[in-house]
Amino acid sequence: MSSENGKLLPETDAGGLNFEATELTLGLPGESRVTSDGVAKLGSKRGFSETVDLSLGDNKNTNKFGQSQIDVPEAAKSPVSKAQVVGWPPVRGYAKRRTKSCKYVKVAVDGAPYLRKVDLEMYNTYQQLLTSLEDMFSCFTIRNYLSDKKLDQVNGIEYVPTYEDKDGDWMLVGDVPWQMFVESCKRLRLMKSSEAVGLAAPRTPPKCSSAS
Amino acid sequence: MMNYFPDEVLEHVFDSIASHKDRNSVSLVCKSWYRIERYSRRRVFIGNCYSISPERLIARFPGLKSLTLKGKPHFADFNLVPYDWGGFVYPWIKALAESGIGLEELRLKRMVVSDESLELLSKSFANFKSLVLVSCEGFSADGLAAVAANCRFLRELDLQENEVDDHRGHWLSCFPESCTSLVSLNFACLKGEVNLGALERLVSRSPNLKSLRLNRLVPLDTLQKLLMRAPQLVDLGIGSYVHDPSSEASNKLKHAIQRCKSIVSLSGFLEVAPRCMSAIYPICGNLTTLNLSYAPGLHGNKLTKLIQHCRKLQRLWILDRIGDKGLGVVASTCKELQELRVFPSDPFGAGNDAVTEEGLVLVSAGCPKLNSLLYFCQQMTNAALITVARNCPNFIRFRLCILDPVKPDPVTNQPLDEGFGAIVQSCKRLKRLSLSGLLTDQVFLYIGMYAEQLEMLSIAFAADSDKGMLYVLNGCKKLRKLEIRDCPFGNSALLEDVGKYETMRSLWMSSCEVTLGGCKTVAEKMPSLNVEIINESDQTEFNLDEGQKVDKMYLYRTLVGHRKDAPESVWIL
Repeated sequence: MSSENGKLLPETDAGGLNFEATELTLGLPGESRVTSDGVAKLGSKRGFSETVDLSLGDNKNTNKFGQSQIDVPEAAKSPVSKAQVVGWPPVRGYAKRRTKSCKYVKVAVDGAPYLRKVDLEMYNTYQQLLTSLEDMFSCFTIRNYLSDKKLDQVNGIEYVPTYEDKDGDWMLVGDVPWQMFVESCKRLRLMKSSEAVGLAAPRTPPKCSSAS
Repeated sequence: MMNYFPDEVLEHVFDSIASHKDRNSVSLVCKSWYRIERYSRRRVFIGNCYSISPERLIARFPGLKSLTLKGKPHFADFNLVPYDWGGFVYPWIKALAESGIGLEELRLKRMVVSDESLELLSKSFANFKSLVLVSCEGFSADGLAAVAANCRFLRELDLQENEVDDHRGHWLSCFPESCTSLVSLNFACLKGEVNLGALERLVSRSPNLKSLRLNRLVPLDTLQKLLMRAPQLVDLGIGSYVHDPSSEASNKLKHAIQRCKSIVSLSGFLEVAPRCMSAIYPICGNLTTLNLSYAPGLHGNKLTKLIQHCRKLQRLWILDRIGDKGLGVVASTCKELQELRVFPSDPFGAGNDAVTEEGLVLVSAGCPKLNSLLYFCQQMTNAALITVARNCPNFIRFRLCILDPVKPDPVTNQPLDEGFGAIVQSCKRLKRLSLSGLLTDQVFLYIGMYAEQLEMLSIAFAADSDKGMLYVLNGCKKLRKLEIRDCPFGNSALLEDVGKYETMRSLWMSSCEVTLGGCKTVAEKMPSLNVEIINESDQTEFNLDEGQKVDKMYLYRTLVGHRKDAPESVWIL
C-alpha cells in the first residue's frame, strides 16, 4: 500500500494538490511557525515525525514500543516507516500481543528445491515439531532419535533432523530440553541419513537404509 | 406532594433505579429525597479518585457496599503518564476499614494497589465478595494470597491486564478448603506458575463457578481436568492451547469441551497452535463473546474456519492478522455482531496482514447491529467512512486508529474530515469517539455541530488551529472527557470558556501549544479545578517562564482541592 501511495505522501509535491495547508512542519517547539513570506503556516501543529526520538519521560515500565530509533530526517520523508513515537499506536497490552512469540526458522531438506519456514513457538515438544515437518515435507520420512518408534516409511529415504545453533555448530535435534532448543536454534536442516553418520547417537544403531 | 409517602416506600421506589446518573438526579430533587437516597445507596462510582475524598464518601453514603474507583488518566495506558503519578488505593481502603462500612465489592481501574492495601482489604470487611482490578499495578502474589486466605465469602477475583509481580505462585493454595463460594476467577494476566493441584481442588469445590480465565502456564491436561470438573462454566479463558490433534490428550480435551454446553464466552489462547482449533468447534455455535486478540498464531484459513462456526457472536476481539478477507467472513457469518475490536499485531511492521477500510466496510454491511468499534488499520478513506456511517447508524463507540496517525485518504489524498463528519452526523447516539488520520479544523466543526451525545473524545496529531478545540468545547454539551495530544491548540482555546471544565470530568493536553501562563490562568480562575503540569524532563530547575510551553497538562474538577500525594514530576498550580 505504501509503495502505491509513495508519490501521494503529503511531504512530496504531487502537482496540483494543495498540500501546504496540511504540510507537517519540522520546527522544534517554540520556533517560529511563520513561512518565509511572513504568513503564519496553517499547519503549525507539531508534526508526527518531530515527536520521534523525543524522550518524553523515563518510565519504570520500559517503552513497550522500543525498537531501534530512526533519525528524524529519515522519518520525515516517510511517516509510514518504522518511526516510533511514545504512546503511538495507542494500544495497551501491546507487548503481550506482539508476534514476539513467533520464532520462525528456515527448514532445509537435502534434495528439496526450496526451503520452508516454521514457527518454533507453535510447538511444545520435539514430537510435535517433527510431526509437523513430516506434514510439510510429506514425501520424506524423518528419523526420530528420541524414541525408538519408527515413523512411517513412505519412500524409504530417512532424514535426520539437525539444527544450527547460536554458535554456528550443527547439532542433532533432540539432545537438549525443548525450550533450550527453541532459544538456540537458528535454522533446521533435514540431513540425509547417509550423510549423518558422524552425528548418529551411540545408543541407536546407525541404520542408514537409503533407497533410490 | 410526596411528603405523605413514608421513607420506606420511597426507598423501595429508589431501589429500582439502578443507574448512577438517575440516582444522582433523584438526590437533587429535595432534601428529604437526598436524605433517603443517600442512606439507601449501595453502589457508588467515582470516575476520578481525586475528585472526592474517602471521608466525604463515607459521610454521605454510610450504607455503601460496592465502590468503583478510577485513578490514572486514560493516556497512562500508552506510557504518557509517569509511573508514580498517583492513584493510590490505600487511603481509600484505610478510611473505609476504619469507618465500619460493610464493603462487599471493590472495582479499581488504573490505580496503584499495594500488597499492604490488599492485606488490609482482606482483613477489614467480613462480607467482602468481589475484587476486580483492571490495568492496576503495585502488587504481588503476596497481596493475592492475603485476599485468597482471608476473604471467606469471596465470589469474584477478576484480574484484567494488571502488572503483577507474581513469580511466586503460592497464592492459589491460600484459598482455604472452606472456600466454596467462587463464581468468577480470572488470573490470565499473571505470568507465573500456579499450583495446579490447588487449582483443580479449588475448582472442584466451587459449584457456582461460572467464569474461569487461566494464564499461559496452565497446561492442557490441567485444562481438561478443570473442564471435567466445571461443565457449568459460562465464560472460559484458555491459557495454553497447544496439542497434537491426533493425540489421546486432544481427544480427552474435545470430550471435556463438549460437555461444557453453557460456555458463551471464550478468550485467552495465550499460546495456540492453529491446527488444534477444531476441538473448539462444538461449542462455537453458542458463543456470544470471543476474544482472540492474544493469539497472533491464529490467522488465515484456520481462523476463518473457526469464525464460520460462530453464528451467534455479539462481541469479537481479534488481531488484524484476520485481514480484510477474514472480516468479510465475519460479516457474512456474525449477523448478531455488536462490538468489534481489531488490534494491531505488528504496529511497526510492513502491515502485510493488516486490515484496511475494505474490511470495515464489509463488516458494516453485514452486521447492522454493530454499535461499538475499535479498529486499528493501515488506512482509511472518506468513502468508506461515509458508507459505514450509512450502514451502521447505531454506533455508541467509534474508535479508529490509523497506524500512521496523519495519513490522508490514500485514494483522494484528502483529510478524513468528511468521513468522520458522516459518522457523527449519522450516529446520533455516539458517546465515544477517537480520531486519527489527517484531519483539519473542519472535522471538529462537524463534531461540535452533530455529536450531541458525545461524552469522550480522543484527538491526536490533528487540527490546524485553536478553532478545532473551540468547536468541540462549544458544541459538545455532554462532553465529559477530552484528551488531546500533539495538536496546535494553545491558550486562546484553553481559556475561552474555563467554566466548561467544571462540567467535565477531565481534560488532558500534551505536546500542544498551551503555556505555563495559560495553565496558571485556568487554575486562578477556577479553584474547583486541579490543574496539574507533568514535567518529566531532567531539568534540575523548573523553568518558570510563563511563555514556556507545557509538555503535559491534566486538569480535573474536584471537591477536595489539591491532592497531597503528587510526585516531584507533577506540579499542581
